[in-house]
Amino acid sequence: MIRDFLDSLSESIERLGDTVRFLARILAQVPSALLRPQLIFDQIYNAGALSLVIIMLSGLFVGMVLGLQGYDLLQRFGSEDALGTAAAIGLVRELGPVVTALLFAGRAGTALASEIGLMRATDQLSAMEMMAVDPVRRVVVPRFVGGVIAMPLLAAIFSMIGIYGAQLVGVQVMHVDAGSFWSQMQASVELRDVNEGIVKSVVFGIACSLIAVYQGYHSEPTAEGVGTATTRTVVTSAVIVLFLDYLITAFFLK
Amino acid sequence: MNATSPIIDLREVRYTVGGRVIFDGLDMQILPGQVTAVMGPSGTGKTTLLRLITGQATADAGSIDVGGVAVVGASRSQVYALRQRMGMLFQNGALLTDISVFENVAFPLREHTRLPERLIRQLVLTKLQAVGLRGAAGLMPAELSGGMARRVALARAIVMDPQILLYDEPFVGLDPISMGVILRLIRRFNDALGLTSIVVSHDVHEITAVADRVFLLSGGRVVAQGTPQELHDSPSDIVKQFVGGLADGPVPFHYPAPDYFEELLARDGGRFA
Repeated sequence: MIRDFLDSLSESIERLGDTVRFLARILAQVPSALLRPQLIFDQIYNAGALSLVIIMLSGLFVGMVLGLQGYDLLQRFGSEDALGTAAAIGLVRELGPVVTALLFAGRAGTALASEIGLMRATDQLSAMEMMAVDPVRRVVVPRFVGGVIAMPLLAAIFSMIGIYGAQLVGVQVMHVDAGSFWSQMQASVELRDVNEGIVKSVVFGIACSLIAVYQGYHSEPTAEGVGTATTRTVVTSAVIVLFLDYLITAFFLK
Repeated sequence: MNATSPIIDLREVRYTVGGRVIFDGLDMQILPGQVTAVMGPSGTGKTTLLRLITGQATADAGSIDVGGVAVVGASRSQVYALRQRMGMLFQNGALLTDISVFENVAFPLREHTRLPERLIRQLVLTKLQAVGLRGAAGLMPAELSGGMARRVALARAIVMDPQILLYDEPFVGLDPISMGVILRLIRRFNDALGLTSIVVSHDVHEITAVADRVFLLSGGRVVAQGTPQELHDSPSDIVKQFVGGLADGPVPFHYPAPDYFEELLARDGGRFA
């Protein structure tokens, strides 16, 4: 059993190294891909605009739950006026980037992985290679860049709708004073908090997009292979996002 | 290069995958301007041969020379430059499924040239007309039948005016009419565009009707070559088995297995326990 564990550990490390090399290959092609912005716009639409509904709905509900829980907790100390601050910081620093990244992996990441995997399985990538078109430059890079751009925007929208949701429950239902809700939020949310959220969402965007295109590009060219790639995209993204979240949080609180 | 020197020249090619020998001592010379058929039982590496010629796979030993370029040991950019002079038709067409028929044919032009839109339109429509599918330009690949998809892929393969056109199993799964259409196009494009065509197939009767020269592969090497008539008259057992479609012969019916009776009578389940 220990050997099994060691084997799978060394395999994971190997795959990590492979992924980093793939990232280097992608980054080398980014400048030439930027010359064809239309391809990237299409992918921002695919990864971003098509994820909007699920991101906004989830943001609303997470914010509403935050409003309820926050109110319940804060009113025990008689400080329910701080609800705005608590919700905003919780969303901007933590829940916005993390939940968005998890949803992004589930919605956009799986779509990317299965799309590229199917292109591999149906010889479309080989056909491009035969037409002397590098599939990494033509297929992978625009999708990666599109994901990296879309993810922080989605996280920002998530946080914004989340704050509205918290306000909806806290102010409209629980009757926290609207003035103190907003003014306390304005007074105590600092640039540092926003920066943390931005850094996280950018890093998560890179991680999730990279994992998705890597898994798709390297999937076995069979129905089962594409399925495995899709599953791995979600599982790996989720674990990596939560792990990176801890690292970045620790870094900002240092 | 004079008319009789080969445009594709494979010498002593050896290729293995995961310890399994696919080719060993493969020699093959393909003359320009001809339709050359490469036949052989399934699993003899016919498709692999195309991958070696196009540099998608690299031979372990031997030399492969395509149009004056040594493919073995060529850099990525050399291989890409060579591929711009080749077209390849994949088994299922391999059209890009997220863009229309028109855009599929226009794809190589848009990637490699900066032609004005009007010219791209003319080129694409001309090629689609040549395969009889100008009317389908607006359709998506998912709306095409198997035979139509292959004809669109053929239009895409010739849109850059290649010197060499490779066909990977172009007849698989086609009805007789579509098959006849593809056969006619292979011959017509070869002669009208001055191409060199290589057709990998195991449809003996179809392909010998159109080919100038036939290679028969088996066991990792060329076991017979010549004009279709020469092959038809060949006294060789393996050629007779393949051309005649006989179930057993030099290519055995049975996959290698332990003794039949011993295996049936094994008490403990034998190999499968």
